[in-house]
Amino acid sequence: MDDLLVFIINNYNYWVALILLLTGLYGMISKNNLLKKVISMSIFQSAIILFYVSIGAKKDATIPIIEHGHNSHGADHAVIDVANYVNPLPHVLMLTAIVVGVATLGVALALIQKINQVHNTIEEDEILRDLQE
Amino acid sequence: MIQNQLPILIIAIPLFCAFFISLSMGKNKTGVYLLLITAMFGSFIASCMTLLQVINSNSPIHYHLGGWQPPFGIELVIDHLSGMVLVLISTIALLTAIYSFHPVRKDISDRAHHYYALFCLLISGLLGMTATGDAFNLYVLLEISALASYALLASSVLAASRGLAYFATFKYLIMGTIGACFYLLGVGYLYIKTGSLNMADLSGLLNSDILLQSVTIKVGFILMIIGVWIKMAFFPLHGWLPNAYSYASTTTSSLIAPLMTKVSVYIMIRLMFSIFSVEYVFHTLPYHQVVIWMACAAIIFGSVSALSQHNLKRMLCYIIVAEVGYMVGGVWLANESGLTGAVYHIFADGMMTLCLFMAAGAFIFKTDRESIHEMTNIFRRMPVTAVVFLVGGFSIIGIPPTCGFFSKWYLITGAIEGGQWLFVASLLFSSLINCIILFRIIEIGYFPKFDSERSTSNEKAVKTNEVPLTMLVPMVITACSLIVIGLYTNEIISVLIRWTIPAGL
Amino acid sequence: MKLLAFLMTFSVGVLLLIASLDLPDWSNPESPASTHLSPHYIEKSLEETSVPNLVTSVLADYRGYDTMFETVVIFCAGITVLIMLRRTFMGIEKYVKPRPKRESADIILQSAVRLLVPVMQVFALYVVAHGHHSPGGGFQGGVIFGASFILLAIAYDLKVELKKFREHGVLIFSVVGVLIYAGIGIVCLLLGGNFLAYAAWAKMLGISELEAHSLGMLGVEIGVAITVMAIMFSLYADLSSSGDLDEGL
Repeated sequence: MDDLLVFIINNYNYWVALILLLTGLYGMISKNNLLKKVISMSIFQSAIILFYVSIGAKKDATIPIIEHGHNSHGADHAVIDVANYVNPLPHVLMLTAIVVGVATLGVALALIQKINQVHNTIEEDEILRDLQE
Repeated sequence: MIQNQLPILIIAIPLFCAFFISLSMGKNKTGVYLLLITAMFGSFIASCMTLLQVINSNSPIHYHLGGWQPPFGIELVIDHLSGMVLVLISTIALLTAIYSFHPVRKDISDRAHHYYALFCLLISGLLGMTATGDAFNLYVLLEISALASYALLASSVLAASRGLAYFATFKYLIMGTIGACFYLLGVGYLYIKTGSLNMADLSGLLNSDILLQSVTIKVGFILMIIGVWIKMAFFPLHGWLPNAYSYASTTTSSLIAPLMTKVSVYIMIRLMFSIFSVEYVFHTLPYHQVVIWMACAAIIFGSVSALSQHNLKRMLCYIIVAEVGYMVGGVWLANESGLTGAVYHIFADGMMTLCLFMAAGAFIFKTDRESIHEMTNIFRRMPVTAVVFLVGGFSIIGIPPTCGFFSKWYLITGAIEGGQWLFVASLLFSSLINCIILFRIIEIGYFPKFDSERSTSNEKAVKTNEVPLTMLVPMVITACSLIVIGLYTNEIISVLIRWTIPAGL
Repeated sequence: MKLLAFLMTFSVGVLLLIASLDLPDWSNPESPASTHLSPHYIEKSLEETSVPNLVTSVLADYRGYDTMFETVVIFCAGITVLIMLRRTFMGIEKYVKPRPKRESADIILQSAVRLLVPVMQVFALYVVAHGHHSPGGGFQGGVIFGASFILLAIAYDLKVELKKFREHGVLIFSVVGVLIYAGIGIVCLLLGGNFLAYAAWAKMLGISELEAHSLGMLGVEIGVAITVMAIMFSLYADLSSSGDLDEGL
């Protein structure tokens, strides 16, 4: 029992990401309103971003900016302790993923506006009925 | 010096072309068209030269972007397989670019420069996806080509589509995002267990027993493969494809239909054999039998649905769903002939689909009709288009001089070697159905209707009314290339495909 | 549909739960992610690129190729929205949005915005320029700059804003930004280095290779900021007026 509890607590970042991810996935498939689908899509992407960023975390470490880095231009800088700084790579990757998310969101909203102009509704079942006619 | 820089030029030329086309603000339409063709030709030459380099030196080319050593920087890796796919993509892009002059004027006249800019972005995204050696970079490029293809698919103003393209594209967007996010999540699992993103580095790290047994890596692999399956419209996940492609404009469907699915299949092969290994995919994970059943289902479902369609483009879309089944099944047969067949089929099917969609596009361009029942007298009205369509159709069925025969030959040999009789049966079944489909079209197009009175009067009235030369030339080149590829099968396999077979298969 | 969604979510959930059995503990300094690549970035970045902000150096230098395509993604989204919305659709009559009559101008809001916008824009430039030493960079700065235009468009009205920042201008800015980024890369190639290897600039500018790295990064960050600024505003303008570029919201 204790093992399980320790396991759950040690990975709580993962549970948060998991719950958000499943919420988003469920919404993307089941929601009838296209706007809600897009909102779910954003939640889904945010969950993945959260998952990645939490990979980079490290105990007792600070943000990945070298202290007093700008005084020593490369040559005679102090020794850098790796344990003091978190992993910068996931942050970089997620900056990219955020941008991709924004781009997809913009395109999805434009498509919804167009769908609304053509079908006069953004409810999926009404659109499908409209398509069958 | 230029020799060393060729790999990046393949991707950079279409990219810069997109920027310059956007800057032109659509002032000079013919100029934009010529710029596009020049850029696609440049990219084509660069990719051919790179492939020649790879063949001559018989070792993959590594290009370090920013001069950083991998795994710290990103690298491009061009080996026999990716070189071949690069040539395929740039060939299709060049032919479609030439073909696009009149259809784009007709379909999207006022925004043609935006359309062409997105065309270039799509091509450079696909080329980049093929060349990259970095798992995360692949995701970024996947999203570029996806975004560009949403735009191209939704930009249709064909009278027949009545604005339905938007809803179809929206569904594609939702499915595409799920696919890309699954891939990203899978990469995340690999990263959390290994700490690397470079494909070669990952493959080295994954060679240890502890990691091979790790469930996290297994789930990562499954998520990545499912993500790519969604992108390639593999059977239970294919729902978005027929609608999205059949409502698109002529140029868009002849560009995207041959390219997107084939590049996704290439990525699947890359993931399976460049990051993971034959040993891992076929022996550690006990799933390849299930995948072959799914492939059989895809082939049968695709063929039967194609038979039931009356809309020409929709019918071709379901044929694509079946063809994806061929390739996935061939790869997962887990023997040399199967993989040879699948890789050869990427090449052959790209050209076949291009041929069919171009011919169908030409027919729709001229008549504005999409139903196959409107194809009466097609051999009289548009003889060249009809012959091109016929060659493409023969290739899909697999009639000997065309390349479709040889890919099917290898796939069936592989299936017999692996004892997958269901796969053999569904391949033959699909050929049979394709036969019926094609001969139905020949019947409609060649033989006059039984009603003799009307047909005689029709025959006199029908005049040859072919599409313009810019559309005819690429169509004829594609049709000829189908036969040429078929005739040189042995050379292609011994020079190129033999080297793509991973060790241990 | 609900049942299907539930089944799919459930199976994905089970799959991800299984994956959790073998995860390294959260924020463990010994996890592979923190021991394989990241020590190199942390230790060598200052030596190799002379930029103390590791996120900037990895973003714009080690993985600069990724970031270039990221900027292209934004650019692509901008054109996508343009091609979809800025066009009258054939055969379907134009959809007319019911517009409430605009109230007379709100003087408090407008004066506040007038005061706020210059500050925002200066701060955006600071964020771009100081990205090497503190949190910030091209994307962040570009978004703040774009937000200042959006704020103006909300407080006044889209038409007033578009008189200052025309649509053609927006498009040219968005292309110029990516062109700066890719151009810096291609010039490296002409100067004898690999694509985006900023060290190649050193000889031409007469500076050390370290400074060339730092300067190259600043250059691409400026390019990113310009594109992001232009596209953010363009997305807002097109989406808020469904492509008509009239008064907007």
